[in-house]
Amino acid sequence: MNTLMMALAILGMGLITYAIRVSLFLLPDRVSLPPWLLRSLRYVPAAVLTAIIFPELLLPQGTIDFSLGNERLLAGVCAILIAWRTRNVFLTVVLGLIILWLLQTYNPW
Amino acid sequence: MSDRIIEPRTVLPRDEFLAGVRAELPILLGVIPFGLIFGAVAVSAGLPVSLAQAMSVVIFAGSAQFIAAELIGVGTPALVLLLTTLIVNLRHLLYSASLAPHVNKLPLRWKMLLAYLMTDEAYAVTIIHYTEGRTPPATRHWFFLGAGMALWVTWQTTTAIGIFLGASIPATWSLDFALALTFIGLVVPTLRNRPHTAAALTAGLVAVLAASWPYKLGLIAAALSGILIGTVLESFDRPAPELLNLDRESNQ
Repeated sequence: MNTLMMALAILGMGLITYAIRVSLFLLPDRVSLPPWLLRSLRYVPAAVLTAIIFPELLLPQGTIDFSLGNERLLAGVCAILIAWRTRNVFLTVVLGLIILWLLQTYNPW
Repeated sequence: MSDRIIEPRTVLPRDEFLAGVRAELPILLGVIPFGLIFGAVAVSAGLPVSLAQAMSVVIFAGSAQFIAAELIGVGTPALVLLLTTLIVNLRHLLYSASLAPHVNKLPLRWKMLLAYLMTDEAYAVTIIHYTEGRTPPATRHWFFLGAGMALWVTWQTTTAIGIFLGASIPATWSLDFALALTFIGLVVPTLRNRPHTAAALTAGLVAVLAASWPYKLGLIAAALSGILIGTVLESFDRPAPELLNLDRESNQ
C-alpha cells in the first residue's frame, strides 16, 4: 500500500468512526435504536477484542503453537489471570511484558 | 429536578470544563502508556510518521487504530480496513444512543464537536455526570468538552512521543505484544456473565480457526459469530440490569 492509499484509508476510517459517533446526536428526539440492536451491540467489545487476542497468543509465528515453548501463550495466560484479579489495564500490560521478557530469556522448556 | 432545593442556579462554563478535566485525570494514567505504545507500533508497522500521527487525529479511537496500523502493515485492502473499523467501533453507537437525550438541545456545532470527542474514556465519566444531574443542564456540556479535550490532548501528545521513541525501540523487546495485553486488560473484567464469556470464547476460537484467511477476514467472521452467540444466549437468560438502564436513558 503506497502513502496516498494509506492516507485515503485513514481518512475513510476516520469518517466511519465519526459517522457512528455523531449518528444518534443528529436523529430526531423520538427515534431510538431497536432493543435487539442495543442488546447485540453489548457483545461487540468482548467479541472483537477476543478475536484479536487469541491469534496473538496461539499463532505467534502464523501456525498454531500449543506448546510450552510458546512464550506469548504462557505470558498471555498469566496476563488473563492478572487482569481477572486486578481489573487494572496498566498492571496487566506492564506485568505481561515483563513475564514475556523473562520467558524469552530463561524459558526452561 | 425541580424539587432540588440546594441546586445552584448557574455554574460557570469554565468550572464545568475543569470538573470534566479533573474527572478524566485518573483514566489518563492508563491512556498514557497506551498512546506511547500505539505511536511505536504504528511506525514499526511501516506507517510514515505523519500518517501515524494523522491516525490519532482523524480516527481518535485507540483499539481501532492499533488494529488498522497492523492491517496496513500487511497490505490489507482498503475495503477490509473500513469494514474492520466499522465492526470494532460499533460500540460507539451505544454511547451515542445513551448521550443523545442529554445533548439534543445543543446547537449543531456543539453536537458535532462533542461527537468527535466521544471515546470510551470520555463517555465513562460524562454519562455519570449527566445522570447524577447535580449541576444545571444549561452548562453541563462543558463537562463533556473538558473530559473529551483532556483525553484528546493526552492521546495526541503520547502518540507523538511514541512515534519519536518508536525507531529507537528494538524488535526483541516484543512491544507489539502490548496490543494483546492491553485488550486482555480491557476485556477480561467485562466477562461478568455467561453470554459475555461465551461470546468472547466463540470469537476467539473462530479467529484462531480462520487465522489463515486473507487480510484478517477471519476477524470479522469471528466478531460476528461471537456477537451472535452472546445475543442468542442472553435471550435464554434474564436481561442484564445495565441494559434496562440504558433503555430507560435512551427513551427519556
